[in-house]
Amino acid sequence: MRVALFITCVNDTLFPGTGKAVVSLLRRLGCDVDFPAAQTCCGQMHVNTGYREEGVRLARHFTEVFAGYDAVVAPSGSCAAMVREQYPKLARPGSKGAAAIAEVAPRVYELSEFLIDVLKTEDVGAYFPHRVTYHPTCHSLRGLHLGDRPTRLLRNVRGLELVPLPGAEECCGFGGTFAVKNPAVSAAMGADKTRSIMDTGAEVLCAADNSCLLHIGGTLSRQKTGVRTMHLAEILASTEEAQ
Amino acid sequence: MSATFLGMPGNFPENSRKAVHDSQLRFNLRKATHTIRGKRASVVGELPDWQELRAAGKAIKEHTLRNLDRYLIRLEAAVTAAGGTVHWARDAAEANRIVTGLVKATGETEVVKVKSMATQEIELNQALAEQGITAYETDLAELIVQLGDDFPSHILVPAIHRNRSEIREIFLDRMPGVSPDLTDDPPALAEAARLHLRERFLRSKVAISGANFMVAETGTLVVLESEGNGRMCLTLPETLISVVGIEKLLPSWRDLEVFLQLLPRSSTGERMNPYTSMWTGAVEGQDFHLVLLDNGRTDVLADEVGRQALRCIRCSACLNVCPVYERAGGHAYGSVYPGPIGAILTPQLRGMSSELDASLPYASSLCGACYEVCPVAIDIPEVLVDLRAKAPHAAAERAGMKVAGWIFNDHRRLARAQRAATRLRKLVPKRLPGPLSAWTDTRDVPEIPEESFRDWWERNERA
Amino acid sequence: MSAREEILARVRRAVAGAEDVEIPRGYRAGRPAEGAVEGLVELFAERVDDYRAVVHVVPAAEVPAKIDACLGGRRVIVPDGFGRAGGWDDLDTADGVVTTCAVAIAETGTIVLDHGPGQGTRAQTLVPDYHLCVVRADQIVAGVPEAVARLDPARPLTWISGPSATSDIELNRVEGVHGPRTLEVIIST
Ligand code: SF4
Repeated sequence: MRVALFITCVNDTLFPGTGKAVVSLLRRLGCDVDFPAAQTCCGQMHVNTGYREEGVRLARHFTEVFAGYDAVVAPSGSCAAMVREQYPKLARPGSKGAAAIAEVAPRVYELSEFLIDVLKTEDVGAYFPHRVTYHPTCHSLRGLHLGDRPTRLLRNVRGLELVPLPGAEECCGFGGTFAVKNPAVSAAMGADKTRSIMDTGAEVLCAADNSCLLHIGGTLSRQKTGVRTMHLAEILASTEEAQ
Repeated sequence: MSATFLGMPGNFPENSRKAVHDSQLRFNLRKATHTIRGKRASVVGELPDWQELRAAGKAIKEHTLRNLDRYLIRLEAAVTAAGGTVHWARDAAEANRIVTGLVKATGETEVVKVKSMATQEIELNQALAEQGITAYETDLAELIVQLGDDFPSHILVPAIHRNRSEIREIFLDRMPGVSPDLTDDPPALAEAARLHLRERFLRSKVAISGANFMVAETGTLVVLESEGNGRMCLTLPETLISVVGIEKLLPSWRDLEVFLQLLPRSSTGERMNPYTSMWTGAVEGQDFHLVLLDNGRTDVLADEVGRQALRCIRCSACLNVCPVYERAGGHAYGSVYPGPIGAILTPQLRGMSSELDASLPYASSLCGACYEVCPVAIDIPEVLVDLRAKAPHAAAERAGMKVAGWIFNDHRRLARAQRAATRLRKLVPKRLPGPLSAWTDTRDVPEIPEESFRDWWERNERA
Repeated sequence: MSAREEILARVRRAVAGAEDVEIPRGYRAGRPAEGAVEGLVELFAERVDDYRAVVHVVPAAEVPAKIDACLGGRRVIVPDGFGRAGGWDDLDTADGVVTTCAVAIAETGTIVLDHGPGQGTRAQTLVPDYHLCVVRADQIVAGVPEAVARLDPARPLTWISGPSATSDIELNRVEGVHGPRTLEVIIST
């Protein structure tokens, strides 16, 4: 299967390790992974901050870059949701853009969706002997309706102890530019989220979105909690040999 | 009530910053919203056909709005045939003029009121006061707000920001004739309100209400409530004036079967609220006036994306589940409509020319919890994003977004920008300057990696 | 232009070209009433009890005696058509009221008065502090849609679910504000 990796601008720039993990995981599972070099950003920040024109331009760019692949895999629930849920609202019905979106958007998958729904695997052969709690990010949960896919994958990781996160479904307070436009409320939400994480006694907080982890991780680190954050892909890519 | 929301200064980020640091408020709001969330979830979970009811509720409202002219005319005919008088008000001033005139014609100088969002929106109490008419709020929470010279902070429970001991203090301070031994036990507080209002109910000749629903087919008005103050106001006075937004219509009697299931469960988290009153025209010898209010609603209706906000049945489920509302409180929104619905309704009704109103579409992390609970499936995040595109943007932000858009438009530019960041990685300060300091006030910045993913791929895979 | 004409014109302009929608009615409705199905009496009694109202399930022949027992020495209003002698007339000094009802809803524990014979005026069931309501088993329907179908919109209607209550203090339910603080229901089987 010819799979394109949509790395997302945040991962590309700040979390290359997540991208490397996706590549090694998908190859381990027998996929032929390609990285279309012309890709940049899905445009979510622009659209969601009120800059639709720029966002539409980036959406057009995305549909051009990713046309023709069997599947596009993104290690981000938020960016996958942008393409699948929001792109169709950006184009005029019946326009060329709408057709291009209708062609590409349904083949864009968040990583755990791709593993479970397309590759039909819940056990990716990973090994990660740590106490982990999982935060279902809002766009994964309510945008893409990932449900328990990520935790099904985590439960099959050898050595991993998955502990439930109280109030898991509550937003962490990141919200893109919300974090800097409404810093007080964002920080208060982040503080409550870190408190719940601390209550679990987990060593690692896992999520399917590095953007939320950037915010929660930044808060955990500022509070000197010692809890680290890891993207789902990085846990799933870990193997006994690599440890 | 002397307090008024109109022309309130400030903006949402500033207002909410104050609320975030008010630990009593945080505690009150957290406790109340979490209690109601749990109750709602359990009674909604009881109904196997909740999603079907929700789909029907959404469609009934959409259909009504699409045919609003026809249904308004039908309603008018039915109410008139049943002995009521229908008035039309283009805006707040016109509605206030009509109501004030009707009250004056009775010769009364006091009116009792049932909690109504529409009359708060048009600031009817102030308009009446200017004409020498005193309006007495009779809903317990409204009474708390009115006695405390305070602002409402929630659609359903306007005094949600107050806890029992604060309420006790307000009563001791401001309620004439209250017993000095009043405790902060909720039943004791409710009893104090009962005694305080009893006489007034039996004496008042004019009442003013809103309505949750109006049925076009039959001319029936519907008010849902809990305490019985609604029944008192709707039943006992000789004259009843109801001020209702034109979007509160339902086409047929049968449609109530959907909304009487959706509203109580979403709102107070009960299978049914204690009392629902329905009346058609003038009943039991009463004089009945219906004032149909536009006040910006037709402008909202003209907006293809934004018009869905008119489906709202004011249940407040979106407020109760909203993580931003829970921490910012209702006052931060500077409107009688706080929370997620307020963030999309206020800027549409009032426009975005004030700093406060322009900040409202951004008062959300777009987490989508509101959409999920909304009984009429209003896609609040979708409307927020749409309003953000229409909101005025600060010049510096616009410039920054333009640059970012320019970089993202070409992967070579992006790669160059990433390499520049990498070269500067050791220089990134712990505290960022300018607007980005909002990030580093409470969070650490991530380390910039030695190499972006695309450079790594280029080096290892394309070679 | 009058306000009426102007508002209607604005509405027409606003929705011009918008598509209409079909209303999907896939929710539960038209369920059989008590008599056709078992268990509605029990469900109704349980749901009324959840509101902290007092419920008695009594065979029809024993209802008059049960009413006597419930009322005790109270001065109660007995509306026209209730079929019981010796009511109290003065609304302001009455301790309570006894009524029948138009329909009752099992799923929500609701009684609905249409203020027909035996049900009194709206004020009579509101001002006194105690309300005793007699519900015949055949008046109990499964849910809200079945109740709406049985009711006449031309009549004033009062839907009652438990005693008067408020959730305005910390969103906790407290029984007893302006309406009757005690609701007692006799289900006649
Ligand atoms: S927007 Fe929806 S959830 Fe919010 S108050 Fe209105 S109907 Fe209720």
